[in-house]
Amino acid sequence: MAANVRVLVLRAAGINCDAETVFAWEQAGADVDLLHINRVMERPQRLRDYGALTIPGGFSYGDDIAAGKVLANQLVHHLGEELRRFVNDGKLVLGTCNGFQVLVKAGLLPGGAGNGDWRGRVTIAFNEQGRFEDRWVYLRAEVSHSPWLDPGEMVRFPIAHAEGRFVADSDETLARLRTEDLVALCYVDAEGNPGAFPVNPNGSDDHIAGLTDPTGRVLGLMPHPERNIHPRHDPLGRGPSGRRIFDRAVAFLRAS
Amino acid sequence: MNLWWVEVRPRRPQWDAHGAAVLAQMRSLGLHCVERVASARLFVIEGSLAAADVERAAVELLADPVAEEYVYGGADAPRGRADHIAVEVHLKPGVMDPVARSVKLGLADMGLRVDAVRTARRYDIVGLGSLEQLEFAAWRVLANDCIENAYLTGFGRHDDTPLAAPTPPQANQQVRCVSLSDLHENALQRLSREGHLFLSPDEMQTIRSHFRSLGREPTDLELETLAQTWSEHCVHKTLKSRIVYRGDPMPDASNPQHRSSAPVEIEYANLLADTIARATHTLNLDWCLSVFKDNAGVIAFDDEYGIAFKVETHNHPSAIEPYGGAATGVGGCVRDVIGCGLGAKPIANTDVFCLAPSDWPMERLPRNVLHPVAILRGVVAGVRDYGNRMGIPTINGALAFDGRYLGNPLVYVGCLGLIPRGLIRKQAHPGDRILLVGGCTGRDGLHGATFSSAELTETHADEFAHAVQIGDPITEKKMLDCILQARDHADGCLYSAITDCGAGGLSSAVGEMGSEIGARVQLETVPLKYAGLRYDEIWISEAQERMVLAVPPANVEKLLAVFAAEDVEATVIGEFTDDNTLTVAYRGEVVGELKMEFLHHGLPQQTRVAEWFPPDEPQRVPPQPIQPGDVKRVLIKRLTALNTTSKEWVIRQYDHEVQGGSVVTPLVGRGDGPSDAAVLRPRLDSDRGIAVGCGLCPELADVDPYWMAVAAVDEALRNVVCVGGDPSRTAILDNFCWPKCEDPRTLGALVRACQGAHDAAVAYGLPFISGKDSLNNEFAMSAEEAARCGLPQKLAIPPTLLISAVSIIEDVRRCITAAAKPDASESQFYYIGHCGSHWDEVSLADRLKVHRVIHRLIADGVLTAAHDVGSDGIAVALAEMAIGGHCGISVVEPEKDAQCRLFESQAGGYIVQVPHHKSSDLVHACLDEMLFELVGMIAPEWGFHVTLSDGSVESIPPDELEAAWKKGMFK
Repeated sequence: MAANVRVLVLRAAGINCDAETVFAWEQAGADVDLLHINRVMERPQRLRDYGALTIPGGFSYGDDIAAGKVLANQLVHHLGEELRRFVNDGKLVLGTCNGFQVLVKAGLLPGGAGNGDWRGRVTIAFNEQGRFEDRWVYLRAEVSHSPWLDPGEMVRFPIAHAEGRFVADSDETLARLRTEDLVALCYVDAEGNPGAFPVNPNGSDDHIAGLTDPTGRVLGLMPHPERNIHPRHDPLGRGPSGRRIFDRAVAFLRAS
Repeated sequence: MNLWWVEVRPRRPQWDAHGAAVLAQMRSLGLHCVERVASARLFVIEGSLAAADVERAAVELLADPVAEEYVYGGADAPRGRADHIAVEVHLKPGVMDPVARSVKLGLADMGLRVDAVRTARRYDIVGLGSLEQLEFAAWRVLANDCIENAYLTGFGRHDDTPLAAPTPPQANQQVRCVSLSDLHENALQRLSREGHLFLSPDEMQTIRSHFRSLGREPTDLELETLAQTWSEHCVHKTLKSRIVYRGDPMPDASNPQHRSSAPVEIEYANLLADTIARATHTLNLDWCLSVFKDNAGVIAFDDEYGIAFKVETHNHPSAIEPYGGAATGVGGCVRDVIGCGLGAKPIANTDVFCLAPSDWPMERLPRNVLHPVAILRGVVAGVRDYGNRMGIPTINGALAFDGRYLGNPLVYVGCLGLIPRGLIRKQAHPGDRILLVGGCTGRDGLHGATFSSAELTETHADEFAHAVQIGDPITEKKMLDCILQARDHADGCLYSAITDCGAGGLSSAVGEMGSEIGARVQLETVPLKYAGLRYDEIWISEAQERMVLAVPPANVEKLLAVFAAEDVEATVIGEFTDDNTLTVAYRGEVVGELKMEFLHHGLPQQTRVAEWFPPDEPQRVPPQPIQPGDVKRVLIKRLTALNTTSKEWVIRQYDHEVQGGSVVTPLVGRGDGPSDAAVLRPRLDSDRGIAVGCGLCPELADVDPYWMAVAAVDEALRNVVCVGGDPSRTAILDNFCWPKCEDPRTLGALVRACQGAHDAAVAYGLPFISGKDSLNNEFAMSAEEAARCGLPQKLAIPPTLLISAVSIIEDVRRCITAAAKPDASESQFYYIGHCGSHWDEVSLADRLKVHRVIHRLIADGVLTAAHDVGSDGIAVALAEMAIGGHCGISVVEPEKDAQCRLFESQAGGYIVQVPHHKSSDLVHACLDEMLFELVGMIAPEWGFHVTLSDGSVESIPPDELEAAWKKGMFK
């Protein structure tokens, strides 16, 4: 058996889903460190100690300016080089909710370490209904090559956000995301079909709930997998499908 | 020095969610003419920047590359278009602007150093017809006069918008003494009112004699300190007063039908100690770990942890500025939990709002009173933003509507925390340093404690603007993160005591912590938001997100390092002493010196007279059976009533699942039906849980406050029992909101409610662990204004008692909800309880048997759903269960007891769902002890069919049923 899988969960002012994210990783068998962004910015090489990085949900820096913007700005300006190296080394990155917003705004999604030419093409904007929404949703995995997800699998997680509406600048961009296999998850109904609100809970373009980078190893999604890892988490009792995400990641890192 | 502005706006109108929300709000307040609102964010940046730097800031930081576009310019460049109707909203000087702080940080991360940043909002409005409408839109929807300035353009008006940094006024620091010794009674009272001290003539005279005996006059700071510490808000002097009660005798809860009408006289040496606190002491339960003496009550959760629970009110601030009032209410209550023992970790929030009906006509709104819809939107947003941003799930609450809440809405906020059992005690020691941590101190929130201890009037919005403030949950979250690290430090807890800096600011926090020893504070060391505060403003400011720690000298450096590592302010501002004196100095000069003995024990106990006689009792008429054919109409009417209809619009805006421990949340089943209570697992590694619920029955206040209190306790207990809570491990909290108690009848109502709460708590075995009262909940207006609105000149709220309950659940896997379970084939629905709508018809001992039976049936896995029945009756409860489960129920009106009809209001009781093969267990458990009636069967298809006792059948189409209930408070 390979050495223990070490996971870094990042904390910053306003990040607030860190404890349950750490717990989810631990349940999957990982050794987890929870570190404040200040400690990582002091010595960015710390990232090299870990096989996976998670940016949990919350309201980093109050979501001032825009959701995830200030933390994304810190990643870009203080950790940019180390993050590129991290991804290129075959490691995993997960951003949930605010973490997803951070990854998109830092350019790591959907472009990955190279960032590609996605700047100005996709973003995450205010929910169509103009307010925070807490709701359980069904999701279908779209990506064919990500260590995090099985193609076509259905999972059920809650969303809890005000700014979770995935927006692309054009239909060409949406088509390109599909062609390049960068759409990780879509909002669907219990039967697996896309639909209007509340199936698509925030008005996201093409029902997109999550993205991956071209390697499939960087995953970001608005819903919260760490909130469905216990049999009593899902109010309708459809099972703790969030566990699969973390279990698979640990298995992937053990094998690599 | 350069000054630049950057304006950022959505690239497409459909991406302007904020503009759309504002538009909806304008229309809901009657501005139907408005066609479109375009919103924009404005950043004002001061610093040595070149145009290229500003362009880069806009592109990389301020504007979203897809969804937004930007323009920028120098101080003189015109903004917006001169031909537009527009409003620009800027914060007033000194009001906290967290976004500006983040922009400054973001610019620094990009290598751009600037001197100052400010933010503002701009709205371009299409469709307004007059300056009057523009002003209405600006002041009723877009800006709040307490904290913001609005600059209007249009209809001939063109306000000049100043961009330069406003300078807060600089104070004269000369020490002021107040001459009390030669003031006569009238002058003393005038000083009390005009100085916003709100002390009674008795109290003013006690202070005058004290300083006469010292041979000097008090400083302004000393007088302020006494007013804060002696305020109703801080010391609860009414509830602690000696009260002589005359009037109707108290019912005998063990035998309520035994009634005597001869008036009695009862004396309470201390109302609170003789009722609420006495119940807890009588019960003397070993799982109550800390009651009444700390910021929150604590009960045992398991061998390692306790659960802390606190509920507060923030009524007056929320009446004036709903968003800030509710948000800072949440923030303060959360700090009470953080400041409980040596620090509890907040795990859940609760909220209860009492408002005037949301369809209140605009033309009947008194001057300076916000419309209930505006209040509801504001307080929901405030609770939402504070709880969600701090990462605390808001899991339980209630809404009650009554026209008498119009001028004085009630906003209750609660917080639960998890605390290691070894950290429940705290004690500051002489020599410990006083550390102030968290936010900086500003001129915000002066006189909050005294302000909330007076009645509201038409002029309050102007007079008390300074009492209102805006919360900053991220600062509180950062502070919490550091406090928990200092608490759980490898060297042991780094501090010996902690408390919240809430009402009364430093004066209350330091005064309280050092009450047994003494304290000395150097005010010039307090970190300020801006220069120019007077020493007494620093001392009593209620600036949010601050806490005070007592730290042994050896730990100070370690503690400061914990806070510095995460950019959180922490400053030594003084030390605790052994001279039993509170000494306050500013720049070397003593500006206040008060004996702790006088500060904390000098308040004269009041003696007051209370009376209560029952209103002329209407003849109790036997319930009338519902007419055949009328079922649908009555049912739909009740489901759409404001007090019953779905609260989904509120609930969805709260995060119920953050922290990962939620088991039962407020909307249950496939159809999002109502839940009676919430359940969560405070420890992720355990299936042990807590249920949280509440009871609130203001509609009974007019009948008898004694039974109102009993009913509220019973409802709170029913709610937690419905999901699996254990009546023998349930603790409760009391929050009284009352009109002015100067009127002996109002005080009499309070006495009866206290007695009823005591009797119910003792009979049920539910200890009170914490409580709070808010008196003077009245709105006074001029005679003309009252006549214009068709209201009494003094609009007093109905006496309102909120009971909150927390119950331990052995194993959350046994929990059930109120949603009917469609998969339990051939299951049946029973009503279990006692029949009748009057609380005085059944003894509390008999009612307790029902609660216990339901708990046992759930713990044994007999039931698949349970729901509380209230004043809406059995049919409405069944309809809610059907809506939640999205499944059909065939309802049958029981024949044998005429009292128990489907549409009669019930004084307590449950509807339970039981699978057919387990119904004998249910019958066996209830037999001979209580009433149990079969009232329905699961139907094969989603629908609602009602068979009345006369045999007539009526089916209500499920979509109509659902639509009625989901209509909501407003659309």
